[in-house]
Amino acid sequence: MGFEGIGAAVKRKEDGRFLAGRGNYVDDINRPGQVYAYFKRSDRPHARILRVDTAAAASAPGVVAVYTGADFAADGIGGLPCGWQIHSKDGSPMAEPPHPVLAQGKVRHVGDPVVAVLAETRQQAKDAAELIEIDYEDLPGTASVLDALKPGAAVVHDEAPGNVCYDWQIGDKAAVDAAFAGAARVVKLDLTNNRLVPNAMEPRAAIGECDIAGNYTLYTTSQNPHVIRLLMGAFVLHIPEHQLRVVAPDVGGGFGSKIYHYAEEALVTWAAGKLKRPVKWTAERSESFMSDAHGRDHVSTAEMALDAEGHFLALKVSTLANMGAYLSTFAPAVPTYLYATLLAGVYKTPVIYAEVKAVFTNTVPVDAYRGAGRPEATFLLERLVDAIAHDTGIDRIELRRRNFIPANAFPYQTPVALQYDSGDYETTLAAALKAADHTGFPARRQAAAAQGKLRGIGISTYLEACGIAPSAVAGALGARAGLYEVANVRVNPTGSVTVFTGTHSHGQGHETTFAQVVAEQLGVPVSQVDVVHGDTARIPFGMGTYGSRSIAVGGSALVKAMDKIIAKGKRIAAHLLEASVDDIEFKDGKFSVAGTDKSKTFGEIALTAYVPHNYPIEELEPGLDETAFYDPKNFTFPGGCHVAEVEIDRETGVVRVVNFTAVDDIGRVINPMIVEGQVHGGVAQGIGQALLEQAGYDDGGQIVSGSFMDYTMPRADNVPNIHVGTESTLCTHNPLGVKGVGEVGAIGSPPAVINAIVNALEAYGVRHLDMPATSQKIWSILQAGAPRMAAE
Amino acid sequence: MYDFTYHRPTSVADAVALLGSDADAKALAGGQTFIPVLKQRLNKPSKVVDLAGLGLAGISLSGNALVIGATTRHAAVAASADVRRAIPGLAALAGGIGDNQVRHRGTIGGSLANNDPAACYPAAVLALGATIVTNKRSIAADDYFQGMFTTALEPGEIITSVSFPLPVEKSAYAKFNQPASRFALVGVFVAKGPAGVRVAVTGAGQNGVFRQKAMEAALAASWSPDAVAGIKTSAADLNSDIHGSAEYRAHLITVMAKRAIAAAG
Repeated sequence: MGFEGIGAAVKRKEDGRFLAGRGNYVDDINRPGQVYAYFKRSDRPHARILRVDTAAAASAPGVVAVYTGADFAADGIGGLPCGWQIHSKDGSPMAEPPHPVLAQGKVRHVGDPVVAVLAETRQQAKDAAELIEIDYEDLPGTASVLDALKPGAAVVHDEAPGNVCYDWQIGDKAAVDAAFAGAARVVKLDLTNNRLVPNAMEPRAAIGECDIAGNYTLYTTSQNPHVIRLLMGAFVLHIPEHQLRVVAPDVGGGFGSKIYHYAEEALVTWAAGKLKRPVKWTAERSESFMSDAHGRDHVSTAEMALDAEGHFLALKVSTLANMGAYLSTFAPAVPTYLYATLLAGVYKTPVIYAEVKAVFTNTVPVDAYRGAGRPEATFLLERLVDAIAHDTGIDRIELRRRNFIPANAFPYQTPVALQYDSGDYETTLAAALKAADHTGFPARRQAAAAQGKLRGIGISTYLEACGIAPSAVAGALGARAGLYEVANVRVNPTGSVTVFTGTHSHGQGHETTFAQVVAEQLGVPVSQVDVVHGDTARIPFGMGTYGSRSIAVGGSALVKAMDKIIAKGKRIAAHLLEASVDDIEFKDGKFSVAGTDKSKTFGEIALTAYVPHNYPIEELEPGLDETAFYDPKNFTFPGGCHVAEVEIDRETGVVRVVNFTAVDDIGRVINPMIVEGQVHGGVAQGIGQALLEQAGYDDGGQIVSGSFMDYTMPRADNVPNIHVGTESTLCTHNPLGVKGVGEVGAIGSPPAVINAIVNALEAYGVRHLDMPATSQKIWSILQAGAPRMAAE
Repeated sequence: MYDFTYHRPTSVADAVALLGSDADAKALAGGQTFIPVLKQRLNKPSKVVDLAGLGLAGISLSGNALVIGATTRHAAVAASADVRRAIPGLAALAGGIGDNQVRHRGTIGGSLANNDPAACYPAAVLALGATIVTNKRSIAADDYFQGMFTTALEPGEIITSVSFPLPVEKSAYAKFNQPASRFALVGVFVAKGPAGVRVAVTGAGQNGVFRQKAMEAALAASWSPDAVAGIKTSAADLNSDIHGSAEYRAHLITVMAKRAIAAAG
């Protein structure tokens, strides 16, 4: 075995089965006697349901059952819970209208499920659904937060007058106002953050099953099976935990969209109990567009008060956040504690005030999507900094340096609740500029101009918070769950290791990285480590994977569990080697008596633990199997610098990202190859947001980009070769020193791309441009503003 | 999709008989539009008549025509040495349709029978003055395209081949992709050959492919990108959608025409 521990670019163990088409996804699972569910969904944004006639569908060939909202009401099933409660400025709790499994009384967005048809085949269920008659009375609908807040706008929920879910604030308003009053200058920027559809490669799917004794199993495309078990079992269907098993097998991408508890999961489980037959549902792609939680969708105003030298004195932010038609599981937390707490960014702005109004509209619910709040904060801040540079004439790099939190200022308390433990923004900036050959840019711009192209360069010096989260802090902020993680390390008798983790891998490569952590600490080869996740019947109660938390929180639990293994192993070794426990050292997979050549291998100790013939049985239990729960002490704070270089075709307005450099501080790197892949994926999604993606609605709430024919996903030819570098400072409060890498690409890249485009268009007097920067939008700018006489 | 009966006839006569006997029967060529339409339940055919067994695939070069069989795949057209030599712009166009998977299933006859207003092939067929050959007759390109998804084909009529007159002196296609679907937001095919100098535009028009005659006249006088640089297309009859306004499309017609002319040399 070559070096396989922390820092080795070990090839991913899981890829063998994925590349061979031997993954085991939910849709690959078929249960004897299963029936198929098909959902008849609303094709209207907002309507009263006057009549639902399912009689013809119920008697159609193969149909086993037809359910409507009335069946759930009759069973006393309230609806889907929200996992986070926010309080408004005035102390009142957020409006929390019911979210029925199937619509009751009204439909509130295109895609809202109204009727479920269960039949022997998928085809029969679909055929029967066409026989359902629904009479609607259309109501006016709204899609944008601005429209929804207008006086007289259609009300989505009676429980939320004016469509306001909450009106929240953070920071010291009086101090900010005072700073603005005394400022030499104020720079203001209005901006939006475009709504995105996550589009995981694998559509959502669920299979519910119930045995004759009332024991339920749900197979589902989830990032957190225990969370689903808790939410659905305890709060929706009232199934005790010991009678509900939730399995999330191989999952083909989540990006946040598979965190939440969805109506389809509740329906297949509930119906399986009614029918005592397994019930299977797999989303079609068009259903994904209208039923997977969307991401982003903010409208904001940001203002920075400055002194005469461009030092940031105070930041004021006002944001309207679209919640969609219902509150998805973690939706309220995204534009508040995952967003406004990040507004200090990498800058020492002394006072900050932000207010966030969350608004209901007749659109698909919006929740966390790769980055979740932090991309919105980063886009706002990094665009604002470039606007300040534009307005003041201070160089944008110098402006950033002037305001950076210095490397010797950690731990650093921001004015918006967070305390950063470590970071070095100057180092990541310098490394990124060097790797991007920033000094060579003028020559590249000139060469591009000779080809009729406008070339621009942009940077973003971002920071994010992940590794969520200290449970007590999260609880104080409104979380209705703990956010610790758990690992169970089972050493098998011959010395191989099985790790049961509460985190979930849906593309991240945990089967490899977690095994590397074991290899590092126990000296067991990666091939001898099996990582088990995704089945509540096998793994202890953990909170799953989102917010780049797996290695920072789950990895820490793993280390703690292995600490216990080593501690017990030392006691066994001390007995075998007839030495004092205090004299036993564990290193490179061997327990040795310090200063002697007496030692026992890890495998010998494992075997002794399970075959305890010669064993301190009076004082030590047999076995070598330990569990640790780990509650993080703080968030982790990855950060770094992304540099984008773009070329714009003057004739067509097409923007091409020609160079991209990401230098990230993600703490200790477990597997550099996987890190690079994570950054590639995140940057691709960030470029998608910046240039291409827009979940389009018309004013009334009809979806206008409901398929890949109109919703532009980034493709290989939209993404350049990406230079990925790391410049790490270690996290100071977790045992591995790790910070997390899952979201940095999607967080850091969008403002870098837009800053580059604005830079390319500087001769056209462009100060800001909202995403996506489509060719048509750029062409309109090029048409409207003839280039000013350029200085060059 | 809805249930239907599947038929795979081995002669044109049998295919025509199957299609002619039933108004709800549909022909299947490469299926790159038809299969998604079926999957979305937007069409409910009684019979699907697969044309793959008719032996209509193949490319032949005679002295004065390049003849491409109706079920010839885009990939075959793109790779054909004969097509590349005789009409390089046509080979390049075929090589840029959809993606690799689409090019290995989609057929020229299927594309022309469907006449999607954003399809690529109609631009080439119209610009090159090709003839659409069916089981009944030969139809000149100028008569064939009759608006969005509408052609001169009659019920029960099957395209068997497309004949492109030779020699073609110049040919090139420039396409501006609709970013999501990668169909043509605007595609312009320019040609100089037996049909004269022609400029055909796809993707942009409300009635499907059309000839830009002002550009044709300018190019007939002087074959150069500059000749068309100042010629604007009226936005009045052009499509407008979330990916491009009529004005943007009108602008792109001139840009793509210039690029096609430059590529044609």
